[in-house]
Amino acid sequence: MPLISGSHIGTAALGCPAGQSPGPRRCSRPLQLRSNTRVGVQLLFAIGTVLFLAVTLSAAPLEKHLSIYSTAANYSLPIVQRQGRDYVGLLELLEPLGTVSAKVDGSRWRLHYNNVLGEFTADKARARVQGRDADLSAKFILENGRGLVPLTSLNSLLPRFLGGPATLHEQSGRLFIGSVATHFTASVASDDPSRLVFQFTAPVNPSVASEPGKVRLTFNHEPVTAPASSTLTFSSKLVPSATYSESNGAADITVNTTVPLLATFSNDGRTITLAPPKSQIAGNTAAKPPTTPPAQSAPAIQPPTPPSAPRRYFAVVDASHGGADRGEALSASIAEKDVTVAFARLLRQELESRGIATLVLRDSDANLSLDDRAFFANTTHAAIYIALHAASSGHGVRLYTAMLPYSDDEARGPFRSWPTAQSSSIPLSQAAVTSVAGMLKRIQVPVRTLTAPLRPLNNIITAAIAVEVAPPASDVSALNSPDYQQLIAGAVANGIVAIRSQLGAAP
Amino acid sequence: MIPRRFFIALSILLAAVLAMSIYAWHMRGRAAATPVASVDTRPVVPPVAGATERVTLYVAYDDIGILRAQSAQIPMPSVRQERAEEVLRALIALYLDKTSPHPLPPGSDIRSVYLVDPGLAVIDVNAAFADGHRSGVLAEELTVASLIQTLSANIPGILKVKILVEGKQRETLAGHADLSNFFDVSAVNQLTSQLQSTQ
Repeated sequence: MPLISGSHIGTAALGCPAGQSPGPRRCSRPLQLRSNTRVGVQLLFAIGTVLFLAVTLSAAPLEKHLSIYSTAANYSLPIVQRQGRDYVGLLELLEPLGTVSAKVDGSRWRLHYNNVLGEFTADKARARVQGRDADLSAKFILENGRGLVPLTSLNSLLPRFLGGPATLHEQSGRLFIGSVATHFTASVASDDPSRLVFQFTAPVNPSVASEPGKVRLTFNHEPVTAPASSTLTFSSKLVPSATYSESNGAADITVNTTVPLLATFSNDGRTITLAPPKSQIAGNTAAKPPTTPPAQSAPAIQPPTPPSAPRRYFAVVDASHGGADRGEALSASIAEKDVTVAFARLLRQELESRGIATLVLRDSDANLSLDDRAFFANTTHAAIYIALHAASSGHGVRLYTAMLPYSDDEARGPFRSWPTAQSSSIPLSQAAVTSVAGMLKRIQVPVRTLTAPLRPLNNIITAAIAVEVAPPASDVSALNSPDYQQLIAGAVANGIVAIRSQLGAAP
Repeated sequence: MIPRRFFIALSILLAAVLAMSIYAWHMRGRAAATPVASVDTRPVVPPVAGATERVTLYVAYDDIGILRAQSAQIPMPSVRQERAEEVLRALIALYLDKTSPHPLPPGSDIRSVYLVDPGLAVIDVNAAFADGHRSGVLAEELTVASLIQTLSANIPGILKVKILVEGKQRETLAGHADLSNFFDVSAVNQLTSQLQSTQ
């Protein structure tokens, strides 16, 4: 029988005396064999377990967290996964921003933030904030007295509590409360093509690391936001491009370079200059490829980190639509909301480069109500509000002002009628439109100026215009072209600059 | 042991179920492939009594983004409110035509026009009109201006216009043109002047 045969083979192999039965009582070798085998199996199991745990733990995703930037504090919170969605504790989020308290009453959770009351119910996707319904997009979770709200609901929920805009970058876990974003421009120095200069609107203190062919600036604590395009290209063979990215609560600028670069900080941390070290410059030939740039962190002069103060803005740029409101479906793959936000970022860059402090009201895929847009634009006390739209019909650019008659509200005191708040600023708005139209005509872009029943223009107390960009020809995809957007944004910015003194005192 | 006759009966039943399933699947595929004829969902309006009259319609042209005044001969009742509805229905009929210069969604219609003294007109359009309307500042503005200008040009005494959708207030027509406020006819006159030129 196979079993006996197997025993014989085992016995013979281990040298059990001939004629002796391989039974356990008369030969100790099989016993030793089993013992050795058991130890071996246990050892293998232990090694396997250790290997499995090592592989599993190393493959486990990093703990996600949400970085929050506000004028009061910059901080971060853990993001927890519940029912396949990202959640955050609302009380913990609001705590650093004001006076907050929470009370549990059965399945209900009441949160007081300053004078605002929010009422939440466990397993319900609707809440009430200041007596108004708020859609949370997923169920509210009450966990040991801790109220968890879906991450996606913060865009709509926080403005209700805070009375100001909150912009969530959901994918990267970054939340901007109020006008705190730090913008930047990057350019190669005209006198030295190997020197790349970053100008930030507020002091920054990134960690700087060098890799072969790259220098990476990582902003863990600063509200740095994306430029108009996530890829910046430069007319320099030594520093051909840089890319901007965000992930897990941090922003990264990666500079692609063919030479090792050192970072130096100046202008109170508002300027970062990347340039080859002196010795490199001396011995460097322009087109020489890199050898092996240092793999350790580049030395950086640490700038002071003064407390950030809220900025004042001359222009508010509003990328229309957003979130579920996609605007016009310009083509099967292009939504108006995406074109407007890209165009808004580009226009901000153009305006900032001309010395005009600019706030982009919607800098993510969030949606704001028309009333909220007007409210936020009015409370920034900017000199001009520019709403951006895109359309597939027609060609060129259409500029709109509110369809309201002019009336001087000064005589009526400090209060304005909400539906006609724009009335007293109509002449300024028309002057802005005329100026921008003139600049567009200069570059041969077809332009029309019209009035329109288009909110929130009516509700803006300062100069307010809307810019509707149509394709240059029949190809709608041109609306997504950076060259076309740059052309239009440059002309609009020039038009605003031309009447800057007329619009009011710059901040 | 299963009796043979039960086995045969069960086999026949299973075969029948299989055959019916295949047939139903086949019919479903055919039904899906059959094109559904477009249905005009507008309610049947009783024929208008009265002599025909020449009216002025302000017609939107999408290709160049303008409004053009256009004459039409249509039957016009004597009651003011019915006249308002008829003139707008004539405009909508033009937009629903195959060769429309400013297509509106199928089934678009005017539900009612209410004339309230002094000088207020309320245009109530159906849901199809607004729900399927093309989005865009100019596209929506052309529709609104076309309706209001046509109404005020043919029904004297209208100073303000409100547009409702299915009897309810709506924030915008299709994401842009504001319907939450009253339209001042004099402001729409000025807009029409702007829209009659391509500059």
